[in-house]
Formats: sequence, C-alpha cells, structure tokens
Amino acid sequence: MTTPGSATGIGAAVRRKEDFRFVTGKGQYTDDISRPGETRAMFVRSPHAHARIKRVDVKAAAAMPGVLAVLTGAELAADKIGNLICGWLIHSKDGSPMKMAPHPAIAASKACYVGDPVAVVVGETLSQARDAAEKVTVDYEVLPAVTDPGKAQSAAQIHEVAPKNTIYQWHLGDAKAADAAIKSAKHVTRLDIVNNRLVPNAMEPRVAIGEYDRGNDGFTLWNTTQNPHVARLVISAFVGMAPEHKLRVIAPDVGGGFGSKIFIYPEEVVCLWASKKVGRPVKWTCDRSEAFLADAHGRDHVTHAEMAFGDDGKIVGLKVKTIANLGAYMSTFSSSIPTYLYATLLSGQYDIPTIYCEVDAVYTNTVPVDAYRGAGRPEATFVVERLVEVGARELGIDPGDLRKRNFIKSFPHQTPVIMTYDAGDYQASLKKALELGDVKGFGKRKRESARAGKLRGIGYSTYIEACGIAPSQAVGSLGAGVGLWESAEVRVNPTGSVEVLTGCHSHGQGHETTFAQLVSERLGVPIDTVSIVHGDTDKVQFGMGTYGSRSGAVGMSAIVKALDKVEAKAKKVAAFMLEAAEGDIEFKDGKFTVAGTDKSAAWGEVTLNAYVAHKFTGAQLEPGLKEGAFYDPTNFTFPAGCHICEVEVDPDTGRTEIVGWTAVDDFGTVVNPMIVEGQVHGGVAQGVGQALLEGAVYDTDGQLVSGSFMDYSMPKAENFPMLKVGTTMTRCPGNPLGIKGCGEAGAIAAPAAVINAITDAIGTEDLAMPATAQAVWAAVRKAAKMQRAAE
Amino acid sequence: MPAVSMTVNGKAVTADVDPRTLLVQFLREHLRLTGTHVGCDTSQCGACVVHLNGIAVKSCTTLALQADGGSVLTIEGLAAPDGPLHPMQEAFREHHGLQCGYCTPGMVMTAVDMVYRLGNELDEHTIRQELDGNLCRCTGYHNIVKAIAAGAKAMKGTSKAA
Repeated sequence: MTTPGSATGIGAAVRRKEDFRFVTGKGQYTDDISRPGETRAMFVRSPHAHARIKRVDVKAAAAMPGVLAVLTGAELAADKIGNLICGWLIHSKDGSPMKMAPHPAIAASKACYVGDPVAVVVGETLSQARDAAEKVTVDYEVLPAVTDPGKAQSAAQIHEVAPKNTIYQWHLGDAKAADAAIKSAKHVTRLDIVNNRLVPNAMEPRVAIGEYDRGNDGFTLWNTTQNPHVARLVISAFVGMAPEHKLRVIAPDVGGGFGSKIFIYPEEVVCLWASKKVGRPVKWTCDRSEAFLADAHGRDHVTHAEMAFGDDGKIVGLKVKTIANLGAYMSTFSSSIPTYLYATLLSGQYDIPTIYCEVDAVYTNTVPVDAYRGAGRPEATFVVERLVEVGARELGIDPGDLRKRNFIKSFPHQTPVIMTYDAGDYQASLKKALELGDVKGFGKRKRESARAGKLRGIGYSTYIEACGIAPSQAVGSLGAGVGLWESAEVRVNPTGSVEVLTGCHSHGQGHETTFAQLVSERLGVPIDTVSIVHGDTDKVQFGMGTYGSRSGAVGMSAIVKALDKVEAKAKKVAAFMLEAAEGDIEFKDGKFTVAGTDKSAAWGEVTLNAYVAHKFTGAQLEPGLKEGAFYDPTNFTFPAGCHICEVEVDPDTGRTEIVGWTAVDDFGTVVNPMIVEGQVHGGVAQGVGQALLEGAVYDTDGQLVSGSFMDYSMPKAENFPMLKVGTTMTRCPGNPLGIKGCGEAGAIAAPAAVINAITDAIGTEDLAMPATAQAVWAAVRKAAKMQRAAE
Repeated sequence: MPAVSMTVNGKAVTADVDPRTLLVQFLREHLRLTGTHVGCDTSQCGACVVHLNGIAVKSCTTLALQADGGSVLTIEGLAAPDGPLHPMQEAFREHHGLQCGYCTPGMVMTAVDMVYRLGNELDEHTIRQELDGNLCRCTGYHNIVKAIAAGAKAMKGTSKAA
C-alpha cells in the first residue's frame, strides 16, 4: 500500500541525499580515483581532417624519460582488438543495410578527422607522457576533406564501404500522399533549416582507467559512462577485450553526460588494452580542448521542409528532406538519432493526416556525431514548430490559435509516423503557459520596449517528445541491437534498511533521492534507510543505463515490480509471525496487520524474521528478503508542453536578451518537483545555448575553429532571466507510476521558441542558429534593405 | 625539483614539485584533495576555484610555486570537518543549486568570495555578472543564483575562513 503525500514520498520536494558529498568536495569522480602503480596515457591525434598514415615513428618518443610504451594502430590490429561499432541497424529505402565503416580505436592506415587517435604514449607521469607524445613523428599524405553535410555526397570518398559518403538513404511515411497534400493545399510554408552542430561539454571531461589483473586474467575499467553494462557488453562482445565475466566496468560519480557519455569511445578500449601491455593501470584524463576533438558532437542537420495548410489553417501534410552529418565514423547509437528518434516525432502535437520524411546520413571528416540531450527530437521540434509559427504568420492567424486548431484532442492517437500517443492535453499546457507568461500583457511590454529603442518578440514552442525508449520488441523491429528494458534488485537487510540496485546511472539526475522516495513511500520506511546502488557491473547484474529520459519511466517501473515482490514475500513472513492466513495480512505505512484485528508487526520485525527464519521451516518458505525484476515498457512515453520565450533585440547591435521564459510541461507523475524543475531549467539553458550562442564551426580544411571555451560560446548565468516553470498533468498510462520523463524537454522545446521570438521581433524569417548578435544584426539589416527595395 | 611550502586548509604542507606543477595538480595529486576540479584548460569554467590568501583564484592557472608561503582554502576546508556545513554549502543544497556536482566546489568558493567582496545583499543581476568565470552545464544557473543570494544572507556574522 502507498501513502501518497508523505514527506519523503512521491511528489515531495525532498532535498537531495547525494548533495552532502558534492557540496563538501567528497564526490568520487573517475579522475579522483588513483590506482596503485597507475600510469598516464596521452594520445597522439591527427592534425589533419583526412590523411593517409604512411609511417608512425615512435623511436624518439619511446626513448624519452618515463615512457613505458608507445602504441600504434598497427599493434592494436596485431593484437586483434576489434573495431568500435554502431548498435542500431538502419536499412536504406532500397533495402540495403547502412554502410558502417571500420572504426579502429587507433587509426592505422588513415585518419578521418582532426582528433582521430593515431598513437598513444603511456608514461610514468602525465608530463612525461605529454612530452613524449610530441616526439611521435607521423608521415601523413593529406587528402581532400569535407565537413559540410550538404557537400558530403559530392566530395572525396572517405570510406571504401560508402560511395558518395552516404551511410543510408532512409525514409518514413507516404511520399505520394504527402506530395498530393502539398499540391492541393491552400497554402504551403517552405523552410530551409540548418540545425547547428553542438558540442555537449559536460563539465566533467571524460576519464578512463584501465587495469589488468594478471592473477585473475580480468580487467577493470573505471569510466565516465552513462551506461556501464552496455560499455562492458560492447567492449567484450565486439571489441573482444575479455569475456563479460572478466571485465568489470565502474562508473562512479559522473559529472554530467547529456548523451555524450553513452557511447563506447576509443580511449577506454585503449586504456584497457594498454594496461595489459604495460602490466600496470593506465589512466587517461581528457583535457577540455581534447574533448572538443574526442567527444561525440550533436545535431548537424540540413533540412528542407514543406508544410501544407488547408481551410482554416488546418495542416494537411508535411514533407521533410534532411541530410544528417554522422561525422567520420558511426558512433554507438548515431544511426538511430536522425531516423527513429527524429522522423517519428514530426507530427508534433498536431493531427497531421500525412507525413513523409527522407533522411540521408553522410560521413564527413568531422568528429563522430551522436545523441546529445534530446537527440533527434530537438531537430524534429525545430522543424515542426518553425513551420507552424511561420505558417501562422503567412496565413495571418495567431500562432497560438493555429496550434489550437491543429492539436490532437483524443487519445490514443496514431500518427502517420509510427508513434501512438497514449495521453496528453495540449490545450491545457498552452492555456496555462499563456496565463503564466502573461501573454495578454505582451502588447504593452512591446510598446515599452519600442520606447527604449528595442524590438520585442514572442515565440511559442508546443513540443512533444518520445521518451522511456521503449518496448524492446518494438525497438528491435526498428533495428536496435539491444533491448531497452531496465532491471532492479531490492535487497532488504535484516534490520529493515533497504538497498536498491538499479541498471540506471545517475550523473546529475538525483536518482539517489527520487528512487529512494519511491521506496520510502512504498515500504513506509525513512528515506535515510534507503540507499541506491548503481554504476558497477559487479554489483548490478545488468542494466541499460540512463539516457532518453528513461530512468523514471523505465528504471523506477522496474523498482516498482521488485517492490511488489518484496511486499508479497514480506506478507508471507508476517503471516507466519502473526499466525494468520497470508491473505489476511495488510501492509500500510510500514506495518503489517491482520485484517480486522489489532495484531500487527512492524517492518523491522518482519525483515528480521525473514532472516532469522525462526517462525517457518525451509519447506514452508525460503529465508531472506531480496527480489529482482526486469521491466520492459509497453510503449514510449510522450511528455509534451508549451514553452514561451520573450526577447528584446537591440536593432543597432543585434544583441538579443531573453527577457521572459515560461515553461509548462506535462511530465505525467512528478516524483520530486524540485528536481524536475531543475531538469527543465538545465534543458532550457542548453536549448537557449543552441539557439543563441553555441555552434561547432569547422573551416574548409576540417579544422575545428571553435575548439575551446574561448571559441565555443557556452551559456553563462548572465544569458538568462529567472524562468517561470509550471506543469500540467495527464498520467502516463503505460507504466505503473504514470511517469513520462523530464530530462530532455527543455532542450527540445527551447530552440524553436527562441528563434520564433527573435524572428517575431525583427520581422524576417531569414535567421539561422546560433542567432548571435552579428547574425541578428545582419538579418535586421538585410530585411530593412529588402523592404527599401520593395518600396 | 624546487620545494614548495604553504598552508592548505589550515595545515602546513611542504613538497618537492616539478616547477610546472599547477596549484590544482598539487592539491589533487600531491595532497589528494580531489574536491577541486578541472573542467577546462583555458581558465573559463571555474571548477578549480580556491582561495589563495583569502582571494578566489583559478588553481588551474596558478603554479603551485606561486602559492609558496601562502594560505590556500579549498572546498574541503570551508566547513569544519565534523561541524555543520558552511552557510553557502547549505544554501546550494537547500536550493538545489547543483545537479552533477562537478562545478559545485568552484561555484561555492566563488560565491563565498563574492560575499567577501560585495557583502551579504546580492541582487540577481550582480550574481549573474559575477558568475562570468564559472560555467555550469546542468542547472541553467537558475537555482545557483537563488542559492548564492540565500547563502550570502545566511553568511551574515560569519567570519572569513583561513
């Protein structure tokens, strides 16, 4: 039984259990770990975007002081260390499988992007390894490079397996129906969109420590990963480092991920391999500048989209063509991002009868591109929400009103692009956002801004996302190489304290608190007697990690299942203790009672009895109180909401200030409103970063121009006003707690809201992200010039 | 290798170091005070902020030798080992001013320095401007701003730590 509304239960703004260690500097991040006899690794990386490796001369480096080994791709291949893989198989529309090029952890014959590892130096100290790395001489034959996805298909071929640098040409939906809808439409809104390339930049750079234990012929990897079990699976089954039971992966405190720490990277493979070579632990700590060249980037789409409108502003069709840049190699989940996490969300919150989407994924000489907060869904939302906003302007209909006319109003709703939306109330979140954001008062505020010489604009984004990915059978049918369930094990100790082992991984989300809230409520135990264990393959049997806003919807559902079993077993124990029938035992607020009597046993008495086993025989009941569960979702979940951005633009400088932000989201059940609001704040900040500030810029030779925090503009405190955050609630019918997920919403909703607001302010749609002062200034000037010419 | 001596969190320490050793390396690797973090290599992110002689510095851009003879306070020394949290630490916890926690030590040390310089009544605009040298990727700064304003007030009457 549950006790809703308890001070530490579901819905309570419980202060985080993990915070004491973080505010006192006692967190244990991977770089804080120092292994006895530890050595340091320094990678030698290609300075060229595309080059044949003719010779790697390691002699001078190997002779440097403190150097234990200088290893190359040739040795990696000789030791039969397997390639990194992409785990989601996409087929082209002609039925052919995607063209996955070999991705060795150290390049042996060819470097394909600036930053591609070509050798590694292992030294006694970091300084010695760094000094020696400078002595490695590589002869390169420089080849022509391409970085722009729009030009990739006509550029020099990068991989033998992929003519025209094309990985797949995929499609979804009904092309003929979409064409017909556009042909017969009253109005068609057309947009060319670039979804700018981003660098995730979790504040903690990646770190890997590989340690080989000769006595047991096994490895341990300490790693900044969001999913230690999948890392172990891939490094074992595909890379072939060691059998799974001989490889332990530990992900301790991890300082942010945002997707970039999902993937299996070359450096962790190399640290493991090198640790066996040198017979000592090998640690690699990424520098920030190195991270720009070594961590998977996000987004990078070039899109043409057409939205057809019929009578009264009704959307009658949508057609989208996207070229997605996957970089130089296919990263772990890269293929799924611009396909099943993108095109399937193109219906947005709208009842659209027909949709067709084509996606060409291409190789370029850039860092691999993979999931970054939102992963495909921000790109889809940007396409849909820009089209709707621009469509409303072209049709002379209020953008809120146009949205209302097209909202899906009954559920379940089958879209033309696979998804079945299970529950939602899009009118409610729009209505609440309009109130919370005082949209009625916007006209007055705009006039006040005008008096100060500023242009004020307002922009909406009524987004939807698919989270909690998803039934394993469904994703398997779409090409996923793994199942996407989650596991949980609930271990109750004799004294009644509880340990929950979860396959999810917390790297800022606060699982140690929210998961404990669930246990506290269900078992009626103090939250301080519950601890959450994650991030160690030797402790947790298996799990799928944390990404895609899945930990609440999927991970907590697994805990619910395990708790059900714990309660059932505890009732059996209580029945023996209270000499009653099992069916007569009621459990509430941590107390077992015989129905209709005053006979009861406290939680701690029952748990002790489960272990001392004095009240029952082994034939009657197994001693102990520990239960496990695997939970496979029945559907994706569909968080949705409305974000409203208000901006003030200085037309003389192009500087844009965000002066108001309202977010109203429907996340289903909210476990901890304080944490959920924090997730919204952070997501919005990343989305605003994409819209206003951030952009990975390559020059035509393939050099990453924005390769440090001096060149890549990270959002700062001064870029934001205080955010107004609210929620609406429709329960998710697909999981026992009714949770939809909240981790990515802000990053998905925000970019379109910002650009809709700026374009509203400046009166032209011709504005690409990031809308820097220079870009906005240029757009204002261009629009003024065109207006003058027209007059 | 030259010798370096300083006081760290009230304790005298001496070591022989490679002259290029950064203060943050000295703290993390020699003294194993791993609460001070490194988030960048261009002095932008502020995860490494400590106090040197009572003033906030970026320990990734300070040589250990530059701190010779000085007094360093890190996140580990902000509150007494067995006592309550420092008011600024408590404010970050109370206002959910952290998520992954990686930028937090630098944020807290910057915030305390902000109070020393500007007083206990910090408005939103001032806090946001003063955080120019501290990056956070998780929180969107919203709750950090709230935490610092509250922590500043709560620091009234506290004396400057060593």
